[in-house]
Amino acid sequence: MRDQRASLPGAALAWIVAFLMFFPILWMLMTAFKTEAGAIANPPLIIFRPVLESFAAALSQSGYVLFAENSIVISLVSTVLAIAIAFPAAYSMAFQPGRRTQDMLVWMLSTKMLPPVGVLVPIYIIARDTGLLDTRTALVIVDMLMNLPIVVWMLFSFFRDIPKDILEAAQMDGAGPRRQMIYLLLPLASPGIASAALLAIILSWNEAFWSINLTASHAGTLAAYIARYSAPEGLFWAKLSAASVLAVAPILIFGSLAQRRLVRGLTAGAVK
Amino acid sequence: MSASVSIANRAVAPADLLSRSRRRVAWTLLSPAVIVLALWAFVPLIMTLLYSFQRYNLLYPERRGFVGFRNYGYLLSESSFWTAIINTIVMVVAVLVATIVLGVLFSLLLNQNFKGRAVARLMVIAPFFVLPPVAALIWKNLLFDPLYGLIGWLLKLVGLPAVAWFTHFPMIALIIIVAWEWTPFATLILLTALQSLDPEQLEAARMDGAKSVNRVIYIVLPHLARPIAITIMMESIFLLSIFAEILTTTAGGPGDATTTLTYLIYIRALLDFNIGSASAAGVLAIILANIVAFFLMRAVARNLEA
Amino acid sequence: MARLELHQVGKFYANFEAIKAVELTIEDREFVVFVGPSGCGKSTLLRMIAGLEEITSGELLIDGVPANATPPDKRGLAMVFQSYALYPHMTVAQNMGFALKMAGVPKAEIAEKVEAAARVLQLDAVLSRRPRMLSGGQRQRVAIGRAIVRNPKGFLFDEPLSNLDAALRVQMRIELVKLHQDLAATMIYVTHDQVEAMTMADRIVVLNKGHVEQVGTPLELYHRPANLFVAGFIGSPKMNFFQARAARPANGGVALELQGGRVLEVPAAAGAVAIGSPLTLGIRPEHLVIADSGPLGGQVDVVEHLGAETLVYVKDPLGGTIVVRTDDLARVRPGAPVSIALRPGRASLFDDTGNAISHATPE
Repeated sequence: MRDQRASLPGAALAWIVAFLMFFPILWMLMTAFKTEAGAIANPPLIIFRPVLESFAAALSQSGYVLFAENSIVISLVSTVLAIAIAFPAAYSMAFQPGRRTQDMLVWMLSTKMLPPVGVLVPIYIIARDTGLLDTRTALVIVDMLMNLPIVVWMLFSFFRDIPKDILEAAQMDGAGPRRQMIYLLLPLASPGIASAALLAIILSWNEAFWSINLTASHAGTLAAYIARYSAPEGLFWAKLSAASVLAVAPILIFGSLAQRRLVRGLTAGAVK
Repeated sequence: MSASVSIANRAVAPADLLSRSRRRVAWTLLSPAVIVLALWAFVPLIMTLLYSFQRYNLLYPERRGFVGFRNYGYLLSESSFWTAIINTIVMVVAVLVATIVLGVLFSLLLNQNFKGRAVARLMVIAPFFVLPPVAALIWKNLLFDPLYGLIGWLLKLVGLPAVAWFTHFPMIALIIIVAWEWTPFATLILLTALQSLDPEQLEAARMDGAKSVNRVIYIVLPHLARPIAITIMMESIFLLSIFAEILTTTAGGPGDATTTLTYLIYIRALLDFNIGSASAAGVLAIILANIVAFFLMRAVARNLEA
Repeated sequence: MARLELHQVGKFYANFEAIKAVELTIEDREFVVFVGPSGCGKSTLLRMIAGLEEITSGELLIDGVPANATPPDKRGLAMVFQSYALYPHMTVAQNMGFALKMAGVPKAEIAEKVEAAARVLQLDAVLSRRPRMLSGGQRQRVAIGRAIVRNPKGFLFDEPLSNLDAALRVQMRIELVKLHQDLAATMIYVTHDQVEAMTMADRIVVLNKGHVEQVGTPLELYHRPANLFVAGFIGSPKMNFFQARAARPANGGVALELQGGRVLEVPAAAGAVAIGSPLTLGIRPEHLVIADSGPLGGQVDVVEHLGAETLVYVKDPLGGTIVVRTDDLARVRPGAPVSIALRPGRASLFDDTGNAISHATPE
């Protein structure tokens, strides 16, 4: 099934499926380049003259730039934090395994299985009482906690591919765990670290539940922005599409550049 | 360097100390992650539990008190609660079925070797990376909208009346949206699994006279059994928490036609500010998730042994 | 240069005793080889000396100082790993200089020492290359160079030659022995290959299932094995073993009754053998001869011509194979019946627990 060229109907079917799945995104992309009138034209326009006025309108919408900034900052900071904490943990589990290591890993993953809605109330109240409601800090912390198990899992599976005796040689050479991590693991596992970081950034960027519920007008991310300001305020679809395109484009580009790495990291261990 | 130091005086080596210091290092490295996750896992959980036994409304914070299982009682007798449970189950099961079936089909298609296959794969995977509110809005406005949406226009072309999806078929519309978002996930996992299938097995089957369809049924599907089980497990955990899509399209309605358990809790907590009831529902949601996880863990474990 | 003492050193994993109460002293500048079958614990013992595995019981002394709790880099020992464990993302020079860098030695000094070692090992041409661009032999020399640069008291080798092809292995064996002479350092070497052990060691430690079977010079182990295991392990092809019973005393020895009624007279120390007791008789292939007549015999199964000698595998009609080593070419053909006689004065006797009772060899 793999090496021979696919049959024509087979390939055609694959392309049809690809087109159908991608079509909504494509349609949104096209709508973003239309005028408002063009966006709601009946019959829908397939050929049209692309304009940038909707993008301009979207960007000048109050709060958009702020929320975009928030998305960027929160994603990056929470990812860096997650990696900083996950790195030594993954090192310890991969190279100093104990009797409980397996259980520990399973437990960490299980914390991800907690439905966020179950703890909506206490987290909201804690955020309110500590004055962190509607702050970037709150989202950074929450996103970091949500992503930590996955980052640990990915780093752990990449670390396991590094032969242990290289680290033992370093140990004989006088490098303790800290220096082993800096001089050996960082360079040798950098693809894995990049994949984990990429995944964490994507998950954080797309995170909508906590963004919507813990923020108001200051610290929201683009996810919250679009969810909130999309309420039936009329037929500003071109503008909405433009705003959406700007919001999803970075992730789509990131994701497409790194999809092979991401898949490898995600499915490591899940599929033999 | 005298070898004559008496052996009798030597105590047994302090082996415990050595292992303790090694273990201490391992623990220091692990501890930030473990402590942080433990706090995240336990503290809010306990708080939810405590709140669920209280009468507490954020609008009237002074009228607070311990009421035992009363919140649970009220909840379980409310029809909107059971509607939410049913809606949740319907949505999760429907999306699971859709994504797995489509995932198998898509992965089979994408596993073929054709020109531009990487691009096609990207196109199929793309929906997974789209922000959930954006995904919901694309479907709601650009496609489903009876007046200006593309689907309405297509239906009119073939002479069918336009459908106000979110008024008449809100659940179906929602399922379509969520399935569109999550099919790539299933496709990716199954595609990776397919690529580990030895092509020689299929060639042997072909030599044995099995037609394509049979080859799929008897060789490919059993090979995919375990990845499918894992996909079901992972997806259902995430699907239970679907939120933004509901918020952006139907806000749980019309009525409570698309109110899932997650959305119900949201309404209770942040719109009604009824902390007690929301916490009780939250506890029930956690129990539900654990039941699902438990059964699926067992199914996966059974598959893993095989 | 170091003197190592192991007193009742043991290793316990959960419920499995990997190493049992080893008592051993390694003198300064000795080349000691740990040898034994897979799983016997030789690598574990080496790693315990290195500090990569914990010693669960007993004491390790390096130059008289207890070293159980000393971290590996402070024990003054350097290790060469079986897989070389070179740092793949560093150049040869960086690999060799890493330990000095960790110790905070100034860059200029590191460069000097690395260059000096590289010259000795003929690596100066490849100093700026990465490990993946080197041949197996070069990689091995880098691993050794990494150890030398640290100027350690002792060197530990964990099966360093097992990844090399046969010709290279022979060459490296000689180079390692020369290295030992040049550096005049203590070396502990682990291998499963008893030829390496015999050719390189000052003393050999034979291990079996975590237990030290015998410690001695190569020739001691060869001519006077302490038990059946050592006798069967050292020497290739293996010593021939025969089940026997001490029938009656004989001239300067004892008459043994083998299966099938065959009787052999072998020398034995006075009073060493109890008459009537069951024994195992051990005779090395070179102490048997193909003769016109002899107490043993059978049908020739396989003949191996090695050039300098010939090995004849004879099927014993009562079961088993007898191996005879001869430099007599062309006398024997597969399928032909032959008789086998003993060279006078050579035999080893083992009691029913496997321990050696007497070795009759002129010495």
